[in-house]
Formats: sequence, structure tokens, C-alpha cells
Amino acid sequence: MRITVKTETCVGAGQCVLSAPDVFDQDDDGLVTVLDAEPGPEHSDDVNLAWQLCPSGSITVTEPAVQD
Amino acid sequence: MTDTDDQLVVDFPLRKEGEEFPPPRYAEYRQREGLVLSYLPDGKPVWLVTRHAAVREILTSKKISSNPDREGFPNIGETMGVPRQDQIPGWFVGLDSPDHDRFRKALIPEFTVRKVREMRPAIQAVVDRVIDDMLAAGNEADLVNDFALPIPSLVISALLGVPEADREFFESRTRTLVSIRTSTDAQRDTASRELLRYINRLIEIKSKWPGDDLPSRLLAGGVLEPRELPGVLLLLLIAGHETTANNIGLGIVSLLENPQWIGDDRVVDELLRLHSVADLVSLRVAVEDVEICGQTIKAGEGIVPLVAAANHDETVFACPHAFNPERSAKQHVAFGYGVHQCLGQNLVRVEMELAYRTLFERVPGLELAMGPEGLPYKYDGVLHGLHTLPVRW
Ligand code: HEM
Repeated sequence: MRITVKTETCVGAGQCVLSAPDVFDQDDDGLVTVLDAEPGPEHSDDVNLAWQLCPSGSITVTEPAVQD
Repeated sequence: MTDTDDQLVVDFPLRKEGEEFPPPRYAEYRQREGLVLSYLPDGKPVWLVTRHAAVREILTSKKISSNPDREGFPNIGETMGVPRQDQIPGWFVGLDSPDHDRFRKALIPEFTVRKVREMRPAIQAVVDRVIDDMLAAGNEADLVNDFALPIPSLVISALLGVPEADREFFESRTRTLVSIRTSTDAQRDTASRELLRYINRLIEIKSKWPGDDLPSRLLAGGVLEPRELPGVLLLLLIAGHETTANNIGLGIVSLLENPQWIGDDRVVDELLRLHSVADLVSLRVAVEDVEICGQTIKAGEGIVPLVAAANHDETVFACPHAFNPERSAKQHVAFGYGVHQCLGQNLVRVEMELAYRTLFERVPGLELAMGPEGLPYKYDGVLHGLHTLPVRW
């Protein structure tokens, strides 16, 4: 799982930090930052929840290709 | 209720005295293909949106506006439970991107998960103080007046750096503003003007003698102009007061009915979902033609996304009317969705958690002082809630 975020669209609701605190944080401006851009499968439920709850669509989760 | 050409047309207001909440008709609206049409008291048509996915779609659409000055914006008489304040600069819930973003970005740092965590001791102190006063006054209380209303008011005054000596003034004026049954229009009007005057003075004082508080930081940040601050502070106060109070009150009733859940923090999001107090808050108007649920909403037509209906959508929340803190309630839209999603939501979660936990710990024999069937629910305002909640211990 690979995570990318867009701080330009982030509205700082903090839902990602509440859902997946090991993967997301808020910087000093309150905007999303990624703590772990390639979290292990044990985080996939939390990351999925964060992605679903993000009110501004600022989180993208992709499956990297095997030969990456 | 009339049907024309298969278009369901329903009466407004949607809530009727004596009925349960959400109104039972919402289930029927959700079953319909397309959208439901209604006419506001001023005769203007609005589209009611009831399904979870559709409400999210409306609240994230770039073709849809939050600006109450736009032609066709739904005029339901009041916003956020009090007379319209949206002419004041800084009332950014009524602005669209990019105007909105400057305000939102300036305020986000004040409401991060970390910041709210740091506020926990202050919130706990507020809750304890309110309970101290209640216990000192006897063995019965009205939990709306004596508990649910003062907590958010005192939390917001702490956030705004209102000096201790002024908290009583601040609290009494905010209480008058939201007590639509026990205060007159004239009293509310006076309270609203006194608060605005107070906020203006507060800003003057903070610009001369900055403190460790939100207004001082906004002034120092320089992103917002001083003339925009009164509207911002008033918005925080009004958006965060009755909403939170209503949720606290309704949640206590649910917990008294389901005491096995007392002390479990998972109740918070389920109570937000179940009670959905801000059903009529996220009003919108289409800027361009937009198709939702197969229905074309034309530019200039008003839209009322009903968050209580979305939060009881049975395709997302099984047995939606049941209070079940074990379900995954978090995708509720009780705080709206999209760029205007509630800025205070993390603060509210902590307020609710500490309010319930502390109340039931410190007042273990708490019980309703009347039958639950007679509780006075609010049918007249924008927000769902209770007028009073008589209890004894
Ligand atoms: C249970 C309590 C609360 C509920 C149910 C609630 C609900 C909402 C909803 C539905 C919106 C979206 C409005 C829209 O889409 O047009 C909103 C926005 C907002 N809320 Fe809350 N709210 C609550 C408490 C608070 C608190 C405690 C504060 C602050 C101290 C607050 C501050 C705001 C602000 C500033 C906005 C506008 C955000 C923006 O436009 O970007 N709210 N709230």
C-alpha cells in the first residue's frame, strides 16, 4: 500500500490522524503529513477508514506494482 | 404531501410536533428514486437530499455553493439556530473556495487533534465546575440549563481567552440566544448585540495585550484582517454552542436508557450519528446545473441535504434507529462533509466524552425526573434537541 496526500486540498479535519495515528499526522499548520508512506498490511483497515472519512478527498491509496 | 408526475412534493417544515426524530417520512424519501421537492415558507422550491452517498456528493460538488447571498439559497428563517448573522465579514461558513480557504487555513491549527488533546484538562475543569454547581444546588436539576448549555459556552470562552471575570456575562448572553422558549425576540436581539459588542472589545484588548489564546494568535498571524475577526469569533461561538449542548442532552437520555454503555467512549460517534442535531444546517444552492440521483438541479435552485436522513440510511447503517455503539458509525455526516466539515468536531468529541464520563461517575444515582415520553423536544428551531431535561439523584 502506498499513500500520497494533497496538502493543497486538505481542510484539516483530522479524521486521518484519529483513524490511523501511526500513518498520518497534522503539521504545525494543521495540514496532513504522512508518517509512513508505505505502511504494512496491519495498517490497511485504519488507512482505509482514513481514506473513507477524509472530507476533502486529499488521501490517495494505491497498490504499488510488484516490480516497482 | 402531493405527487405530480411521479415527483414527490412535501411540506416544509419537515419536523412535526410530537413526532419522533428523524421524521419517519425520511425513510420513504430515501426509497424514492431521484430527489424530493419541497417549498419553503417563502414559496421557493428546494431539493431535499436524503441518501448518504448523495449527501456526500452534494457537499463535495464544486458546482454547489454555501453562499447565502446567492439567488435561490434556501431561506429557512434562521441559520445555526439564531437570527441570521451572515452579513458580518468573517462568517466563513457562508463563503465558497477560494474565499473560504483563507479563513479555514488560518483556523485549522487551533483545532488539530493534538491541540484538542492539550485542551483536555481545561475541558475537564469546566465539566467539574459545572457539576460542582449542580450538586451544590440540591438533588435535582435541568440538565439542559445546568449542564449541557454551560459546558460548551465555558469551553468556547476559554478558547477565546475570555477573562474569568467575564465568563458569567458571556455564558448568560449565549444562553439567552439559544433559549427560544424562555426568551423573547427582543431579549435575543439585545443579547446578540451585547455579545458582538463584547467580542469587538475583546479583540481590541487582545491586540493591545496579546495572550495565549485563539484571537491573539489570529491577530499575530496576520492572515485575517482585524475587521474579519468579530465574524469569525461569533461563528465559533454560535456554531459550537447549541449544537454541542443538544448533543450532550440527547446523549444523556440515550445513556440512561442503555446504561450498559455508560463509561464506554465508543458511544460518542454513535450518538452523533443517531441524533444528528444539525439536520438543517448544511444548506446549499446550485451554481451550475448538476445531476444528483438522476435529477437535474438547475443553477439557482436551493438544496437541503438532510444529514439525519443520511445518517439513518439503512444501506450504510444497519438498523439505523438502534443505538449500537459497536457499529462503525464514523462515516456519519453529522458534522457535514467536504470543505465546510465541522471545524470543531474533535473538540466536540472530547467535550462529549468528558461530559458523559464525569456526569455518570460523579452523580451515580442520576435518573429522569419525568417519563421519557413527555420530554420536550425542539420542533421549532433549526437544530434537533431538548428544551429541558429534568433529572434527580
Ligand atoms: C455536536 C456539535 C456540533 C455539530 C453537530 C456541528 C455540526 C456542523 C456542521 C454540520 C457543519 C457544516 C456546515 C455546512 O456544511 O454548511 C459545521 C461547521 C462548522 N462548525 Fe460545527 N458542529 C458542532 C460543534 C462545533 C463546535 C464546538 C465548533 C467550534 C468551537 C464548531 C465550529 C464550526 C465551524 C467554524 C464551522 C464552519 C466550518 C467551515 O465552513 O469551514 N462546531 N458544524
